[in-house]
Parts: sequence; C-alpha cells; structure tokens
Amino acid sequence: MNFEKVEEILAKYGHKESQIIAILQETQTNYNYLPEEVLKYVSGRLNIPLARVYSVATFYKAFSLERRGKHVITVCLGTTCHVRGGRKILEKIERDLGIKAGETTQDFEFTLETVNCVGCCAIGPILIIDGNYFGEMDLEKLDTVLKKYSAG
Amino acid sequence: MSPRKIRNKDELEELKASILQKREQKRTVIAISVGTCGLARGAGEVMAAFREEIEKHDLSDEVYLRETGCHGFCEKEPLIVIYPNGIFYHSLRPKDVPEIVSETVVKGNIIDRLLYKSLTGEKIICEEDVPFYKKQKRLILGNNRKVDPTDIEDYIAIGGYSALAKALSMSREKIIEEVKKSVLRGRGGGGFPTGIKWETCRNAAGEPKYVLCNADEGDPGAYMDRALLEGNPHSVIEGMIIGAYAIGSAQGFVYVRNEYPLALKNVWIAIEKAKEYGFLGEDILCSGFDFDIEINMGGGAFVCGESTALMASVEGKVGEPRAKYIHTTESGLWGKPSNLNNVETWANVPLIINKGAEWYNKIGTEGSKGTKIFSLVGKVKNTGLVEVPMGITLREIIYEIGGGIIKDKKFKAAQTGGPSGGCIPESLLDLPVDFDELTKIGSMMGSGGMIVMDEGTCMVDVARYFFNFLREESCGKCVPCREGIKRMLEILTDITEGRGKKGDMELLEELSEVLRDASLCALGTTAPNPVLTTIKYFREEYEAHIKDKKCPAGVCKELIQYFIDWEKCTGCDRCVGYCPEGAITGEKKKGDTYIINQNKCIKCGVCFDMCKLDAVIVR
Amino acid sequence: MPKIGIIIDGNRIEVEQGTTILDTAKERGIYIPTLCYHESLEPYAACRLCTVEVSRGGRSKMVTACNYPLREEIEVKTDSERVRRIRRTIVELLLASCPNVKIIRDLAKEMDIEEPRFKKEENDCILCGLCVRACSEIVGVEAISFVGRGVDREVDTPFRVTSEACICCGSCAYVCPTGAIEIEGKDGVREIKKFHASQPLERCKVCGNYFAPRVQIDWMTKKLNLPRENFEVCPTCKP
Repeated sequence: MNFEKVEEILAKYGHKESQIIAILQETQTNYNYLPEEVLKYVSGRLNIPLARVYSVATFYKAFSLERRGKHVITVCLGTTCHVRGGRKILEKIERDLGIKAGETTQDFEFTLETVNCVGCCAIGPILIIDGNYFGEMDLEKLDTVLKKYSAG
Repeated sequence: MSPRKIRNKDELEELKASILQKREQKRTVIAISVGTCGLARGAGEVMAAFREEIEKHDLSDEVYLRETGCHGFCEKEPLIVIYPNGIFYHSLRPKDVPEIVSETVVKGNIIDRLLYKSLTGEKIICEEDVPFYKKQKRLILGNNRKVDPTDIEDYIAIGGYSALAKALSMSREKIIEEVKKSVLRGRGGGGFPTGIKWETCRNAAGEPKYVLCNADEGDPGAYMDRALLEGNPHSVIEGMIIGAYAIGSAQGFVYVRNEYPLALKNVWIAIEKAKEYGFLGEDILCSGFDFDIEINMGGGAFVCGESTALMASVEGKVGEPRAKYIHTTESGLWGKPSNLNNVETWANVPLIINKGAEWYNKIGTEGSKGTKIFSLVGKVKNTGLVEVPMGITLREIIYEIGGGIIKDKKFKAAQTGGPSGGCIPESLLDLPVDFDELTKIGSMMGSGGMIVMDEGTCMVDVARYFFNFLREESCGKCVPCREGIKRMLEILTDITEGRGKKGDMELLEELSEVLRDASLCALGTTAPNPVLTTIKYFREEYEAHIKDKKCPAGVCKELIQYFIDWEKCTGCDRCVGYCPEGAITGEKKKGDTYIINQNKCIKCGVCFDMCKLDAVIVR
Repeated sequence: MPKIGIIIDGNRIEVEQGTTILDTAKERGIYIPTLCYHESLEPYAACRLCTVEVSRGGRSKMVTACNYPLREEIEVKTDSERVRRIRRTIVELLLASCPNVKIIRDLAKEMDIEEPRFKKEENDCILCGLCVRACSEIVGVEAISFVGRGVDREVDTPFRVTSEACICCGSCAYVCPTGAIEIEGKDGVREIKKFHASQPLERCKVCGNYFAPRVQIDWMTKKLNLPRENFEVCPTCKP
C-alpha cells in the first residue's frame, strides 16, 4: 500500500499527536475510509500506541473503518430537522436504498449516515450529499436529488 | 503592495483611514449573505449571477460585491443589502439579478416584489426597518453584514483590532478588572463570569498557560457560533488575543466541530491574515507580547463541547471528560492552567474593551448583562439568528421578532438549552431571558438554541428524541449516564409505542435524580432536564400515552392512525403512488372510495405529507 | 502538606491537604464501596459507586470519594440517604447489565436489591477500565483500550485481533473484578481469549515449570536493559 499521501498529511500537521483528528479526517477523505494498514502506519510514524489510535478512530463518529460508498448521504437529525420531519426523510431513503443508517449499499454506490445538527436549522430538514447541502428537503425534492446522484 | 506588519495604534488608525478612503470610490456596496445556510438555499448561484451582471455592465469600479456570512434572517435567504441606502431584497433567484443591477444599482429604482412585506402588508425598503431586525440589538452579529470574513481590511475598516491596540496599552490587571466589571458571563451555556475565570487562570501556578475557544457548538438547533466564525472570525480572534494577553498565555487553540467546514476554512484564513498584519505571532503591535493560535477539529462527538473532554480531544485522546474538582483554570490542557471560553463570549470582549464595562452594564438585567444571540428555529415564521438584549421576554422574541407560529397554529413550547435544557410552556412566555430566570424554571439559557414547537409536536416524543440523542453521544465512561440514559430511553420508547405503564413517570424521575447527582460530567447531570420539564409542564400528555395509549399531538406512530377524509378526497390517486406498502386503495375520481388498510399501513406519513388537499387525517 | 480539619460522618478529624476522601475513609476504617478503584492506579471515577455527599456553607453536592481532594474545611457524609439512593441505583443498573457477575450480585444482595426494574442483558464486563489502566499505567504496553463509545463501549485490542504490543503478562486478568478476563495455561501456552492472546511460556531453568511468556521476558529484558539470565528463573526458585 502506498503511504505517500499519508506522509504528506502527517507533514502538513507537523506530526503532532494533538492533530490526530485532523490527520485521520484528511486521511479518510483520501482513502474513502480508514484502512487498517493506514492506522498502523500513522501509529508507527507518530509513535502513538496502536490501541490508542484505534480507540480514537472508533470513538469519533466522523471516522469509518469500513469502505464507504461513492456517494455519502448525510441526513441531519438535529432537533429542528427532527421537528420538521427529518426522520421521515431518513426512513424514505432507507426504504429506497434498502439500507439502514450507517450502512452502505451492496454496489458501494451510497453510504447513508446521520448527523446530529449541522447548524442550518432555519432551513431544515437538511440533506447533505458529498458535501453539498440541500435545505428544506421534502419527499418530492428527495426523489429529484437522489435521481441526480444515481445517474452520475 | 504586500501588507506590512502594524506596529502600533497609530499605524492601525492610519491603515483604517486609508482603507476607508479607498472604498469611498465605490459608490455602491452589495452585501450578499453566503454563509452555509445561504449557500444551501442557492445564494452561491445568485452571487455568481451578480458577478456576471456587474462585469456585463462594466460596473466593477463602482460596485463592490461583498460576500458576507449570515446576517441572521435565514428564512429570507438568499438576501442582499444594497448600500449606501440599506435597501433590503430577499428570497432571491439568479433570474432576479439582471433587474436588480439595471434598475436598482444603475437607476436607483426599487423593485417592489423583492421587498420585505410585513405581516400587515406594508412594504419595507430599508433593512433597519424590517421588523425582524428592529427589536434586535445586533451589537455582535450585526457586523456580519459589514465584513467579508476573508478580508481582514473589512474588519479593520469597522474598527477591528482597535480594542487589541487599546488593551495592549492597559495593564493586564486592568483588562481583567474591566471584564469582571462588565459581568460578562459565558455564552456557551455555563454562564460562568468570564472575568473571574480569567483572573483564576492568571493567578494559577504553572506554565505555559493556554487559552481555548470552544467552537464545538453541538446543541442541535443552535448555530450562532457557526455564523460568527464563518462571518466574522476576526472578532473572535481579537477577543482571544486580548484574553491571552491578560491571562499571560502565548498559545491558543480554536476547537471547531468538523461539521462546520466553512467555519474551519474562514478561521484558518483569518488566522493567516492576522499573522500577516502582525496581530498574531511575535511581538504583537510591538508590545513584546507573543501569541499564536492553532486550530483543532472535532470528530463528531457532542461530548467534546464539555471543557475537559474538549481538552482531552486537543491532547489527541478520546473525548472523555474528567472530574472538575480541580478546575481547568488550574489544571487543564496537558495539566496546565487553561482558560476556555465560547465563541460568542470571546466576540464580546473587543466590544467591552472599546466601549467600557460601564457602557456594557447598561444593557441587560441585573444578573445577565449584554446581548445574547439565539437561533430562533422550529415552527416559527421568521426563523434565523436573533441578537437581543438580556431581559427581553420569550414572548417578544417569538412573536414580535419571530412573527409568531407558522400557519398561526397554537404555540406549545419553546425548547432552550439543547439536550441540557428544558421545554418552556405558554404560561411562562413572559419570562425574561436571563441566565438565572431560565435556570429557576428548570431549563437553562444554554448556548442559545431556541426551538419553537406547536400543537403538532408531541412533548413525550421530544423527551424521547433528546434521550436518543444523548444515548448516541454519551462517551460511555460513567455508569449513571451510560446505563441510566439507556434505560430512560427504553422507558420513553415504551411510552411512545404504547407500552407505558403505571410507575413509569416516577421511575423516570427517580433515575433523573441519580443522573443529576452522580454523573461525571454535565452531559449526564443535565440529561434529565428535557424529561423533567416535559413531565412538569405537560404531564397530561404523558398520562394520555400511558393510560389511554393515545398521542394527542398525533405524532407517535404506534398510537396514531391515518385515515382518508372522504369529504376532502377527490380521488386524484396521488397518495396511492407514494404509499410504499400499497395500503391505499380506491376508485379514481371517486373520493369516497379511498381507504387506508390499517393492517398494511406502516405509519410512514408519506400520504399525509403528499396530499395537497389535506384529505389525509391523523388520529 | 499542611493539615486541614474536616468532618466525616459527624467526626471531626485532621487530614493532610490534598488527600482524597476515599484514602481518608480507608485510613479510618470507614467503608465506601468501589468498583473501578485500585490503589496502584490513578483514580478513574467511572463507576460512581464511591459517591459521597459533601457540604459547605449550607450547600451540598455529590462527589466521588476516590478522586475528590480535600483542600478546605468541609463536611463529608459517606452514608446519607441521598448517598444510599445513588449507590442502590448504580448497582441496580449494573445488575441489569451484568446479572451473572458475582461482585455485582454480592453488592446487590448487600443493598437488598432482588430484581432490577430494567430488561436484563448478559454482559460480563462492567467497563470499569481496570484492565486498560493496568496495561497502560503499570505494564506500560497499552495493548488494549476502550473501543467505541457510549452504550457500545467495549474493551479490546486494536481491530480485535492479537495485539503485537501485548506481552501476555495477565495483569488485565489479575485486576479484573468480574472474571470477564480469564487466563488459561495449557501445554506450555498461555491464553487470554478475551484479548486474542496466545503465547508460548518459558520454562524455569531450575524447576522446569512453565512460568512466564517468552514475549514478556523479551519485553522485560529490553525495557530494563538487563541480561536475559535475570529472567530465566521463576519467582519461586529465585535466590
């Protein structure tokens, strides 16, 4: 496995243990998830016991130790989005894609995740796909948006 | 010309004057709000359209398009303010842009249809006259519309970093005294007097000392800090530098939750700019004071909003809180004296230094001075960020600023303080917004989230929602929180699903007491608040769920049923197509033949949402 | 350290400033139940069972005795009504999670708890963290850690496979209060199944009995920078 990219990231953050979250976050963006070999590599380079790196990687919700889909769909379930029907949006996507929150479709096209508030409460319910925000989501708009990502 | 480091107050003033002079040449400024929520509503496309139109009309020398953060009136985004007259246009589409440029910018004509219409139908031209803004006191958030967060010169132009220059000429004791006199209290939820915190840290033994900014804003429904960091990061940085100077710290950290990518980006840019101009780094403004700020990112853990968990996270560990019998001001980050404040708290500091504690004291109540930014969201007409003086009543916020409940439905409750707070019923709407008043009734100010709920909200479901949230966010270290929340959620789920039994409320109250007394950190000790306030003020709803197995608000799936109202149904067949279980049948065009098969119905609510005639009813 | 006066369960005593309530209680034979406390480890305050009531100036609050430092004159109550209620509930919650764990059953019996009012699960780990902390603070290899978060929190090795850092010393099993970690020794191999450890043992050069894992001896020689001969004789046969 090529660790060149990881080295770049480690250097960018000055090889600091205090930047472990940012390091793992950028690493994950690069590899789509956090592979075991990469975590072992980071542990070795930063001289942090592997058990501690693994503990951090499994504690924070931002990290995935399993391969994720091409598109990551995030449904916000913050209080306001919840009050405005966020749960119904999630359930519809779960039905349409045949997976539950936290899972990835068999063809590795979509990963469905939830988040507890992204701070866009005035225009909830919020849906985020690959970092693009969609506000005031409803069941009709959902169909349109999902179709766009299914095609491309 | 590359920026030269500012060396003193005079040079800063000179720079400010020259910036203002340069800008006078542009007669029109269009401030467009492109914070995260504006972008989610299409503000990006509107901005691109403006850039194109301005070029097309060859107006680049006369018109300045300022990309700002959130102005606060999120409901009306995308919005712009055109200066010098302050013309307010809202809910814009890219197709509105050519007209705005050719009519308003070039000819000075007002476009009626883009103006804000008050509830009485009156058309408002100027931003200042918009009722949403009128009752606010936008001392902090108001600057968002005046600055492009990536342009430090915008900040300098409105007086930015002058408080720093002033502070560096004061003694450290005098600065702390001023902050103490202002009675500024933590805006993150704790409400602890900031001046006293600074003083304790300053007097603590140990080097080095650290200052931190808590930008982990995890309360769902609260996004004031996001708007401040995205829109005016320099105000927070300036506050931190002043605090660091007063306390005697050379290293600061801003901990931003990773769910705020734009805030992370803009803070980073601001720090780099501040370094370039000499406001950060070595020998700031030639005072001999060194200070640097590092950014740390969150990993998606609400518990990291707790100060000791945040510090553990900065240390590269999991976000596990620790006991605060020895305060973090004495032993915090890496065991050293650390001062942590919330984003909004830091943003108040330059204001206090510039205007003085006495001026600041005049705003607010006896125990709570200054203003507070709230995120007014939920079932309210005008959703957005509102900055109000402490002491204003909830009724004024919700009705006079918020415009009342959507569709004029009945108000039910306002939830403040996030998962650590409580629900406030109608009977207490005239309560003044104040740290101590809110705590007295069982809720708390919290970070400022204010979620308005109407008759269609089930309060038991709300309590269950918060417990579900906390169950996911608990770090799992201590027994009361990890096990207690799990069991309380089980009881609440049973209640919402029709399995509630006698004694459930009492058991919830009993567990609440143990969580309150024995949890390790504030996540656990305040977890009972939502359930305790809802039991206190909405007991009948709990009883309906438990005794009658009914959900009066029509929310809890297991306790409701959907029916077709034959008086309203026209047989358009729309719902049939959407029903995932094929539970609806009927003869097209014959409204009184449509029936929902209750055995097949999974209560997903899609038919209810999709019917355009309100012909699906819930009971 | 200067001495300060405090009142504990109605008795006025003098303690060295900074002493924890638990240490003070132990010295005086006052019983405070604990689960995650161990005298050789830093207090962790996770089980909350040692919660006691402290008051000063008419205000009282609940604190954990294991890590609360006595720094000023306060009154401590180790067995008030409030304290008992908390202890009972904590044990009841643990009993529901780990109904078959002896130490929890014993505590429940002590407090007259028969059946928990919650759905019973079948865990054998109370997440006290003694194993993790022993491995980190005493042994120093940090082979195991807490994995996951909240109700899904568990103790395991990285990726839940054999850890390269583990020296199979068995300290984790030694400190575990529930018996969730078992050491098995058979045919010259030590197994700690819970942490996927399985290591061949060395024989004592004198009596010939198996006594320590090879990897542990390797690690000790390296860590202490001493010749291997120092570790080839079992504790019984050592002169």
